[in-house]
Amino acid sequence: MDLLNALIAFLNYVFVPGVAYGSQLALGALGVTLVYGILRFSNFAHGDTMAMGAMSAVLLTWLFQSWGISLGPLPTALLALPFAIGLTILLLLGTDRVVYRFYREKKAKPVILVIVSLGVTFIYNGITRFIIGADDQNFLDGERFIISAREFKSATGLDEGLSFKTTQGITIVTAIIVVALLFWFLNRTRAGKSMRAYSDNEDLALLSGINPERVVMITWMIVAGLATIAGVLYGLDKTFKPFTYFQLLLPIFASAIVGGLGNPLGAIAGGFVIAFSEVTITYAWKKILVYLMPESLEPSGLVQLLSTDYKFAVSFVILLIVLLFKPTGLFKGQSV
Amino acid sequence: MNATLKNTALFGIIALLILYVGFEQSWNSALLIIAMGLISSIMALGVNLQWGFAGLFNVGIMGFVALGGLAAVLVGMPPTEGAFAAGGFGVIGALVLGALTIFATILVMRRMAAGWRRSLVVIVILVAGFFLFRALLDPSVERIEAINPAETGYLGGLGLPVLLAWPVGGLFAAGAAWIIGKTALGLRSDYLAIATLGIAEIIIAVLKNEDWLTRGVKNVIGVPRPVPYEIDLQNSPAFVERAAGFGFNAVEASTLWVKVLYIALFAIVLVVLMWMSQRALHSPWGRMLRAIRDNEVAAEAMGKDVTARHLQVFILGSAICGIAGAMMTTMDSQLTPGTYQPLRFTFLIWVMVIVGGSGNNFGAVLGGFLIWFLWVQVEPMGFWLMNLITSGMDLHSPLRAHLLESASHMRLLTMGLVLLLVLRFSPRGLIPEK
Repeated sequence: MDLLNALIAFLNYVFVPGVAYGSQLALGALGVTLVYGILRFSNFAHGDTMAMGAMSAVLLTWLFQSWGISLGPLPTALLALPFAIGLTILLLLGTDRVVYRFYREKKAKPVILVIVSLGVTFIYNGITRFIIGADDQNFLDGERFIISAREFKSATGLDEGLSFKTTQGITIVTAIIVVALLFWFLNRTRAGKSMRAYSDNEDLALLSGINPERVVMITWMIVAGLATIAGVLYGLDKTFKPFTYFQLLLPIFASAIVGGLGNPLGAIAGGFVIAFSEVTITYAWKKILVYLMPESLEPSGLVQLLSTDYKFAVSFVILLIVLLFKPTGLFKGQSV
Repeated sequence: MNATLKNTALFGIIALLILYVGFEQSWNSALLIIAMGLISSIMALGVNLQWGFAGLFNVGIMGFVALGGLAAVLVGMPPTEGAFAAGGFGVIGALVLGALTIFATILVMRRMAAGWRRSLVVIVILVAGFFLFRALLDPSVERIEAINPAETGYLGGLGLPVLLAWPVGGLFAAGAAWIIGKTALGLRSDYLAIATLGIAEIIIAVLKNEDWLTRGVKNVIGVPRPVPYEIDLQNSPAFVERAAGFGFNAVEASTLWVKVLYIALFAIVLVVLMWMSQRALHSPWGRMLRAIRDNEVAAEAMGKDVTARHLQVFILGSAICGIAGAMMTTMDSQLTPGTYQPLRFTFLIWVMVIVGGSGNNFGAVLGGFLIWFLWVQVEPMGFWLMNLITSGMDLHSPLRAHLLESASHMRLLTMGLVLLLVLRFSPRGLIPEK
């Protein structure tokens, strides 16, 4: 029995990656849920919006690096982030103007908008690949670790090291700031309140003089911000590759639905539920169990419930269970 | 211009395009376009049944197509020697056990009153079932994969005629569709889209990773054919003589003849399915589906069971996609799980249905041929365009190199654009629903 080492191994391999991944999913799911709440369709283009946002950040980062600008220990991408958000806002407002607005005015069925968003997905995806190619791009610079495993081991004398990557730290801090700002905006400002009113009851909101086009515009701007931040954080933490963002759609939607589509609080909870389920089910627990069990009982296999290739299956199964038993999600969402 | 004339003209244009490819490029590519056009048309027919008749949005076509491909392997390939004795019964036992676990869970959910006691029982059944499943499956899988991993290392198939795989592929897809439909239908329309997106990813993940079943990314090659092999034709004096009579050399004639035979087989399937779809469209059942699509509440008020009809048509449409998937794997005579991309197998089929005209079976077939033709030809056109744009640039400029390199991504952009433009300006498609 070695509780301390087991705890450190747990923190290192399960908890910290889970929190970071959960924050990224939560930010993505917030974007999806906002579009759903205000525009009332599932936006399949969200994953590729994240890719476009992240791509702008990558390109700007390279530009800044070539000018010799850097943030010292922090990644230069953080400096590029506000500009990238600006570009993504322009992109989404442009897309809304050219594509979505027509269907909104016609009051098209939500499923038509879903198909349209699928078309937008592929245009975005094409543009992303056209500009930056389909390969991995590395844009991380600065300090790699806040706590590195080796330093931790020599400082504490434990067998297990705890490493805490800069990107994980940035992800968590940024997510907290963004979520706090978002909730402050939704609950305290006039524009945020009008958004919530519009989401709750469109007719009543129109009756009380809320301008729907303004609400939609603000929504797209917030969504652009959320998508870019989520995309950049994911890209920094893992790697930037256009196709992975399309694959992120499933866990992101699962997060939003598990929490209750249209409910921002639910999106955050859903993000962490999905992230921790994925990490705990696909992690090989042997590493932790060897510290907890007496030697005679040590597991022979890896004690991995599912191989990491099936991490999408985890979010999918959770999604199915929620759809079967509680279609409105954990927190009450809008829809059945 | 009346509708029949216009439709005939549209199909005529496709025929001309294919003839043009035949004369300008090669007859081999022209025949390949026809064969793949037929398969695409069948997939589009299936999706049209779901979307055009019933308004169901399926984003998991890729998964159903891949299940058809799996059927081709499981039915057509010869069994691997010794694999079944080594682990076949273990694997089958494990799968049965898994199914029993889920069945027991459903039974408990139905029979016991809700409460912590039921939750506890369900959790115990699921956890125990999962570990038993893994305990039985893992050693068997290991033994199967140990058999000559470079060439087999999987269970193999039943060694039956590969044509049987086509209906079996339909059954596989129907089974998957039943699971999805049971959970996601009856809820909001978006939920079906997300659920199908998920099942497709998972089916592909299973095909890629379960080596005992499909050899994973090592691919199954040499799936038996329903038509003769080129080499046998070239060795047959009668065939060589006949080919010479038409002025072909034996090698060219054999590749063309094999494609013609495939086209004939595919055309038979298409005609049968087309006839069935047309009958369905004009039957009371078809009218009921359209009534449900146009106004669910009214149809429900008339006593129609909306969710049950949706489930029915969703299963039928997916089964057609499964049949097409089995046909495609048969023609390729290999299953390569790595090549299943959502863009190619889901999105492209959607473009076919929307462009052709949703709700019209002939529209789906037209869309299948037209979009497949574009899909094949956009890439050379993209290169041509890029060469034109970059012709004035310095030969060594990095921008020119980048543009030329990116031309292959033009497909995504073009197809997305085609879809959006058609949806916006001609939402009823080329051959609209009557």
